[in-house]
Amino acid sequence: MSIEKWKILIIVILFGSNWGNFVGYIFCFCSYIFNMLNYIWLFLISISFVCSVFNGTAAELSSSVFEGCADAVSLCLKLLGVMCFWSGLMNIAEKSGLCNVVAKILRPVLKRLFPGVCNDKEVMNAISMNVTANLFGLGNAATPLGIKAVKNIQRLNPDKTSVSPDMMTFVVINTAALKIIPSTVAALREAAGAQNPMDIIFCVWISSAFAVISAVVAVKIIGRFMKK
Amino acid sequence: MNFASLILPLTVVFIVVFGFVKKIDVFDCFINGAKQGIETVVSLLPVLTGLVVAISMFTASGAVNLCTKLLSPLFSLVGIPEEVIPLCILSPVSGSGSLTVFESIINTFGPDSVEGRIASVIAGSTETTFYAVAVYLGSVGIKKSGAVIPCALIGDIVSFVSASLAVKYFFT
Repeated sequence: MSIEKWKILIIVILFGSNWGNFVGYIFCFCSYIFNMLNYIWLFLISISFVCSVFNGTAAELSSSVFEGCADAVSLCLKLLGVMCFWSGLMNIAEKSGLCNVVAKILRPVLKRLFPGVCNDKEVMNAISMNVTANLFGLGNAATPLGIKAVKNIQRLNPDKTSVSPDMMTFVVINTAALKIIPSTVAALREAAGAQNPMDIIFCVWISSAFAVISAVVAVKIIGRFMKK
Repeated sequence: MNFASLILPLTVVFIVVFGFVKKIDVFDCFINGAKQGIETVVSLLPVLTGLVVAISMFTASGAVNLCTKLLSPLFSLVGIPEEVIPLCILSPVSGSGSLTVFESIINTFGPDSVEGRIASVIAGSTETTFYAVAVYLGSVGIKKSGAVIPCALIGDIVSFVSASLAVKYFFT
């Protein structure tokens, strides 16, 4: 065997044997950096400043600050309406027992995903309603219902300032957006003159299913790492 | 009229009628529930202001272009076309921004081109990650977000890659 091959072999053994640890360290490092919302916020703002100095976009940057403030308020106003509306509807669904029916249907899946809270009926009802809204592509409804679910999960969380494993799973399922009907995208495609606006639906299912699965698996693995 | 636009009204009518059938004072019940919604949103305003301003600065400063430049070799390595990369960078941080980019992609390349289809799948299968994390964790006052953001970003990246692969597999 030539010296080159030996070198490669040694490198492979060194990295191969440590590969698991290596990935673990990277995850731990990332989790540490991303753990505090403080750091993320600091990062976004300081990077923006540095970039604008280099790109000469200082004027855009300063106007973007005020635009951002106005956007936040209009976002909240929008949310205020849907939040009231869906909280109201949710109250009807809860009192009439509709939530229990939905929760019962989704229970076999959700029980596995949220082992820490699966015995609390109120939490499971709220999570089920959020998941249903997501599946139907009712983005406007999913957020208020999701906030309700998170509040319920927080009720059972022993440490009120840190995120609990079930909460992580819940947020990640929402960011990955598992849905059956991508209505917004279909509408935009129709407007742009697509032959069949819905023909991408199967690809959307595949892609969002993979996203949800990988994000949930990541949560479960990293959750185990962080416990140690 | 398509089925998708009927889902929302159907859900609303179904919930109200179901409540009525079960002999509930639907309107009183609705008002009581709606009251609880106000407080939550008011407590969210500070969180959202902080985040939206930071994101708005981030996009206005040209940092997105920088990220696109830095990440495009990595993204094209896994089969994501160059034209779609700005959408991938924006979609976790800004909902309205990524919709604008999505519209420009489908108008430039056509909704039935490979790029247009990949962009559609990405836009249909991701949510604005940072917004969702801020809203959910902000509404209960969580300060340490744990592994939420890295995991959510892993999910986003997987969805970009599988979107490109799925479209290339089914449409070419």
